[in-house]
Amino acid sequence: MNENIQTIKDPIVTIKNLSVAYDKTNFAVKDVSVEIKKNSVTAIMGPSGCGKSTLLRALNRMHELYENIDTTGSVFLNGDNIYEMSTIKLRRRMGMVFQRPNPFPTMSIYDNVIAGYKLNGIHMKKTDRDEVVERSLRDVALWDEVKDSLMKKGTFLSGGQQQRLCIARALAFGPEVILLDEPTSALDPISTNKIEDLLSKLKENYTIIMVTHNMSQAARISDYSMFMYLGELVEFGKTKNMFTNPNDKRTEEYLTGKFG
Amino acid sequence: MQAYTEIDNSKARSSKNKVFQYMVIAFSVITISPIVLIIYKLIAEGYKQLSFRFITENTPSTFEAMTAIQNNELIPGGIANGIVGTLIMVLMASAIAIPVGMITGVFLYENQGKRYANFTRNISDILQGVPSIVLGLISYMWIVKNVTNGFSALAGSVALSIMMVPMIVRSTEETLKMIPIAIKEAGLALGVPYYKVILRILIPTGFSGLFTGILLAISRVIGETAPLMLTALGSSVINTNVAKPTSAIPLLIWEFYNDPNMIGLIWSSSLFLMIIVLILNTVSKQIMAKRNK
Amino acid sequence: MNSDKITKIFLYTFSFIVLIVAGGMVFSLVGGSIPAFKTFGINFIFSKDWNPTEGKESYGALPFIAGTLTTSFLALIICFPLSFATSLFLGEYYKGKRVAKVIGTMVDLLAGIPSIVYGLWGFYVLRPFLIDLGMENQGFGVLTSSLVLAIMIIPYATSLSTEIIHMVPNPLKEAAYSLGATKMEVIFNVTVPAARSGIFAGYILAFGRAIGETMAVTMLIGNANVLPDKFFGPGNSMASVIANQFGEADGLKLSSLIAIALLLFLITGIINGVGKMIIKKMD
Repeated sequence: MNENIQTIKDPIVTIKNLSVAYDKTNFAVKDVSVEIKKNSVTAIMGPSGCGKSTLLRALNRMHELYENIDTTGSVFLNGDNIYEMSTIKLRRRMGMVFQRPNPFPTMSIYDNVIAGYKLNGIHMKKTDRDEVVERSLRDVALWDEVKDSLMKKGTFLSGGQQQRLCIARALAFGPEVILLDEPTSALDPISTNKIEDLLSKLKENYTIIMVTHNMSQAARISDYSMFMYLGELVEFGKTKNMFTNPNDKRTEEYLTGKFG
Repeated sequence: MQAYTEIDNSKARSSKNKVFQYMVIAFSVITISPIVLIIYKLIAEGYKQLSFRFITENTPSTFEAMTAIQNNELIPGGIANGIVGTLIMVLMASAIAIPVGMITGVFLYENQGKRYANFTRNISDILQGVPSIVLGLISYMWIVKNVTNGFSALAGSVALSIMMVPMIVRSTEETLKMIPIAIKEAGLALGVPYYKVILRILIPTGFSGLFTGILLAISRVIGETAPLMLTALGSSVINTNVAKPTSAIPLLIWEFYNDPNMIGLIWSSSLFLMIIVLILNTVSKQIMAKRNK
Repeated sequence: MNSDKITKIFLYTFSFIVLIVAGGMVFSLVGGSIPAFKTFGINFIFSKDWNPTEGKESYGALPFIAGTLTTSFLALIICFPLSFATSLFLGEYYKGKRVAKVIGTMVDLLAGIPSIVYGLWGFYVLRPFLIDLGMENQGFGVLTSSLVLAIMIIPYATSLSTEIIHMVPNPLKEAAYSLGATKMEVIFNVTVPAARSGIFAGYILAFGRAIGETMAVTMLIGNANVLPDKFFGPGNSMASVIANQFGEADGLKLSSLIAIALLLFLITGIINGVGKMIIKKMD
C-alpha cells in the first residue's frame, strides 16, 4: 500500500500510524500515515463513514472532549509533537471551520472575528483589534459587505456569509494550518463557489486540509488528495494524478461513481 | 503576522481552569449535603415511633403524652386523624383541580399562539406563583366565612386545589404538545369528531405525562401547612364531615411542634410524610423514564 | 351546530374559570383590605406599628415587608453560587454521566421536602449549630431563616439552569474549543451567554418562592415586629405574620392581615411578570 502514498519533502504536518477508536473496539481510523505539504490544499475524500472527519478532528485533538474515543499514533506540526504541547497552543496553530456555520449567536460580527483573542484572554489595543478584524474580514472577502454592521450580531447574515465569518474567525490569529470539515456542504452553489475561490487564495499564506464529500470540489481546488475507505488511507498523491490515473482499484471505483 | 506581543498565558489559564473545576465540585457537594443531613435526622429520630399503631390511632392528648414521658415510655397514639384528613382533602382537591386543569390545558394546546390563550396561560402562571398562605386566606374568605360558616375540610381542599390547577394546566399542555401532530390529524382524517380525538386518542396517548403531572401536583400540596392553618384548622379525631374542621399530617406536625409534651412525635410524623412524598416522586420518575424509552 | 364547534366553544368558555378565580382573588383581597387602607391610608405600607389593643389599634406593614425582602434577597445571594456551580456540574462537567443523575435526583429531593420539615430541621439542628458559632437571641433571626430559605430554593434555580445549560449545542462549544479556549473559558464566554435566559428564569422562580415561604421562616425568624437591621437579629415576614396573627383576628386586624396578603400577592405577581418580560427580551 505504501506505493500509493506519496512522500512530501519538508512536510508541515506529519501523521504517523494514527488510529482512532470509538468505545475501544470500533476503529474509525486505522493506522494512517501521511505527510501534508506546506501552503497547499489537501483534500480528504471518501464515502460516508470512511473516517475522514474523524481523521481531521484528531489533528487538533478535538476527540479529547469526548470520553469514549481513543487515539493512538503521532502527529507532528512543523516538527512539534502535538501531544506534547497544550491543546490551547495547538489550537492556535491549527484552526478549524465546521460543517454548519456556527458564529457565536450572542456576539457581534466584530466580536466573533476577534473571539479567538478574547477567549484566550489576550488584551490588545483597540487599534490593533480593529486592524485584525479588518484584515481577517478582507481576507475572506466579507469586509465590504459587513463593514457598516460590525456591531450587529452575525445571525442576520446568509449561510455563505456566516461561513466566511467563521473562516475569518479561524484566520484571525494567524494559524499555520486550517482544518475544514465539509465547509460548503450546507451552502448554496454560489456561496460554495465564493468559498472555493477563497480557499485557493488562502493557500498562499496557510496550509489547508479539507474534508469533502464532493469529488468535483476536490478536483477543482485541491493540490493533493487523500482517499479513505473504511478507515484506511487507500491512496494519497497529487490530485491531478489521482483523478487521471488512480493506483488503487478502490480509488478508481469511487472516482467513477461506483459507490458513494 | 501577529498584531500583539506573544505572552504565553496558557499555563495560568490551565491552572485557573483546574481550580474552577474543583470549586464547582466542592460547591455541588455542599449543595446536596442538606438533603443527606435532613433525611438522616428524620430516620434517626423518627423510626422509633413508627409502627402499625402509629398509622391507625388518633393523636394522644397532651396529658397522655406527658404521662408517657414521665414514665419513660413511647408516646401512645398515632396520626390516623391526620392521615385520613390529608387523604380526604387531597382527593377533594384533585377532584376539583384535575378536570379544571386538564380541560384548560387542552384549551391552551388547541389555541397555540392566540392572544387570548397566551393571556390565560400567563394568568395561570401568575396563579402558580401566589404564596400558599395567600391562597389559604382566600379560601378562608370564600369558604370558611361564606359556605361552611366555620373551618372545614372543604375550605382546605379549595385552597389546595387552587395550588394544583396551574401545575396541571402546564403539564397537560406540555404533554399534549409533545404528541406528534400526525396522530391528531390521523384521527380527524378518519372523520372522528374533535372531542373524541381528544378523549380517545390524545389523552390516552399522553397518559403517562398527564399522570405524572398530577402525581407531582399532589406531592407538592400534600406537605403544605400554611393554607390549612387558615382553613381546615385541625382536629383531634378522624373527621369525615367535609363541612367541619379536619386534621392533616402537616397540621399535626405543627401542633406537635407547639406542644412541649408532643415533641417526640414530630420526627416520626415528618418521616412518614417524607416517605409518602418520596414514593410519589419515585413513581413519577419511573413512569417518565419508561415513557422516554 | 356540529360537535366540533360545540367542543371549541366549551373549551373556550371553560378557560374562563381560571380567569374568574384569579380575578376573584384580586377582588377579595382588595375588598378585604379596604378597611385597613381607609383607616391608615397609604401610610400602612410605611408604618412600623402593630398594636392590637382596643381603642388604640394601629397596624403597619413595613417591618414585614422589610423582613420578607431581606430574607429573600439574602437567600438568593447564598443560593446563587451553590446552585450555579451545581448546574454546571450537572449540565456541563458531568453531563450525562451516572453521578450527574444521582446528584440531580438528590437536588430534586430538596424540592420535595415539605416546608414544615425544613422549619423543624432549622429549629432543631441548624439553630443549635449557629448558637455554638456564637449567634445570639437563641439563634432565631434573619440569618437562620435566610440560610434555610436558600437551601429550599436551590432546586428551583438549579433545575431550570441545568436544563438550559444542557441544551447548549455542541458545535457552538466546539467552535470555542477549536480556538484554544479552556473549559472554564468556554463556559463563561459561550455556554452561559447562550443559556442566560433560562438561568435568569430559574433565579426569578427561586426568588418568588422565597418571598412566599411561610412555615420555615415563621419557625426561625424570631417573630419580632421590628425592622431587620441587625444581620444576626430577629425580624418578621409578611407570610409569617399572617400565619401567626391569624387566629382570632377580626375587624381591623383581619383587614390589615388581608392587606398584607394583598401586598404579598402584588409583589410575587410583579416579580414573576417582570421576570417573564426580561426573559422574552433576552431570547
